[in-house]
Amino acid sequence: MLKQTEGSKAVAESIALCRPEVICAYPISPQTHIVEALGEMVKSRTLTPCEYINVESEFAAMSVAIGASAAGARSYTATASQGLLFMVEAVYNASGLGLPIVMTVANRAIGAPINIWNDHSDSLSQRDSGWMQLFAETNQEAVDLHIQAFRLAEELSMPIMVCMDGFILTHAFERVDIPSQEQVDGFLPPYEPRQVLDPVEPISIGAMVGPEAFMEVRYLAHAKQMQALERIPQLAAEFKQQFGRDSGGLVRPYFTEDAETIIIAMGSVLGTIKDTVDEMRAEGHKIGVLGIISYRPFPLEQVRAALINCKRFVVLEKSLAVGLGGIVATDVRMAVTGTGLRGFTAIAGLGGRPIPKSSLHKLFREAEQETLAPVTFVDLDHDAVNKQLERERQTRRSGPIAENILYDKGIASAAKFG
Amino acid sequence: MFQIRIHGRGGQGVVTATEMLSVAAFVEGHYAQAFPSFGSERTGAPVVAFCRIADKEIRLREPIMEPDALIIQDPTLLHQIDVFAGLKEGGYVLLNSSHSFEDIGLGDLVKERGHERMCTLPATELGLKHVGRPIPNVPLIAGFAALSDMIKLESVILAINEKFSGKVAEGNIAAATEAYNLVKEQMKERADA
Repeated sequence: MLKQTEGSKAVAESIALCRPEVICAYPISPQTHIVEALGEMVKSRTLTPCEYINVESEFAAMSVAIGASAAGARSYTATASQGLLFMVEAVYNASGLGLPIVMTVANRAIGAPINIWNDHSDSLSQRDSGWMQLFAETNQEAVDLHIQAFRLAEELSMPIMVCMDGFILTHAFERVDIPSQEQVDGFLPPYEPRQVLDPVEPISIGAMVGPEAFMEVRYLAHAKQMQALERIPQLAAEFKQQFGRDSGGLVRPYFTEDAETIIIAMGSVLGTIKDTVDEMRAEGHKIGVLGIISYRPFPLEQVRAALINCKRFVVLEKSLAVGLGGIVATDVRMAVTGTGLRGFTAIAGLGGRPIPKSSLHKLFREAEQETLAPVTFVDLDHDAVNKQLERERQTRRSGPIAENILYDKGIASAAKFG
Repeated sequence: MFQIRIHGRGGQGVVTATEMLSVAAFVEGHYAQAFPSFGSERTGAPVVAFCRIADKEIRLREPIMEPDALIIQDPTLLHQIDVFAGLKEGGYVLLNSSHSFEDIGLGDLVKERGHERMCTLPATELGLKHVGRPIPNVPLIAGFAALSDMIKLESVILAINEKFSGKVAEGNIAAATEAYNLVKEQMKERADA
């Protein structure tokens, strides 16, 4: 049914349609509205049978999800930012044990400095955790990806994070088509676990594995993600057949065929990029976009195929590998190894800094001219940075950086008025 | 695409106002997108929220920097931030005040921009009268519907019924209806003057 609704609410409805049996979560912005809505559905018994477990922390949330999944229940949780970091040990255990948990990550920056706004630092920090990561461009896609995620996770018996931009998507009201229960039931069969903790047929899960078998277990996690590279496009095609719309897949090209310059990005910023590209196309620029939906597994072959005929590309990412540059850019560069393609990295939108079309127009034109630095920080306030660097040159006791920058920018800081 | 920016303070229902506007636009068959400015909102702190209305899918995710319409829920913000920043030429302004623009020292702005698209509305008073709470958001979106003709009063009422029920819904519908009529009267008086 077509609705005008909040992203979080739409995702909660989508999760409910997937018939989860155990939901456990600890509230953290900007994920809170999703689990609140699910909690209400469980309490009012509109989502039944399902147990909603209030836990005392994110570490407990993932631990409960692991226990529930090992007992054969379809398990769901959601988190963001520091919450994801707090559960990391259990995050690795979920994938290491091969438990098909689905978790929404409402992408948010990581502190310090504490910041509740959107970037991709949180889920990207779990790049190598063994979880698959799918990024939604719109709230419609967030709804649809969760349905595909349960199917894929359970087929492979591996966990998946569905990543959606915190606030920008979670708190946005927009048009969303919520599928019917029959449609979802037709796509997502009941969960048939590969391993179950059952007192009637006792087994153990989580054996200590020494050098004689560890490599094989880890390799199998990799092999499953390689299988996912095959399954993700097939599931997206099947989804389209049954639900009538494009959602998911590995990558999403937009005007890439004849493009000399291709912009690569993940998540909701793709919308602003496409609007910018439309305006530039109207002026005759040969520019296109490649959206990456599946960050893990990373679709090396599809990225290479989309870029092979362009002259240069820009990876615009809401994440920073401190001391290197781009995180997504590193993977993209691996995909184009040996092609001699010119690649640029643009770090944008950290901690919720808006990414306006005007900045993108400037960036993309500089990319066309190849006057960009290899790594560019979009809309960075160089004056503020230089002022702090100068302060550090002049004074040993230069003080806390975040407070200094806030003070320089004229934003009241507790430290200065305390 | 038509872009609306709402300024107010935490607790005045600024975010809810944009959400309801988007619902009203949606029921008329438009595409609409509403989103807050994502601050750590506290009661009384300045809050901004945005609403876009268009006839095709809205992909743009930047904040609204050049609005076609401004709704100002709290006149004390005029002294604190530049609420008019980026307002397009010919843009609409709806201000929550029981005084005229001239009375609160914005006569020049009216001279510059013209009367046709600027209006004040005693929205807090309407909220108190009909809902018993000094929340100006619903009267203001109904006032905006009257000022701009972008959406119908019936659509605002549908959005109210989606958000509220019972007595609260009834009170809000009464407040919206009075606000709508007040703005229409003001505009008619000006057109006749």
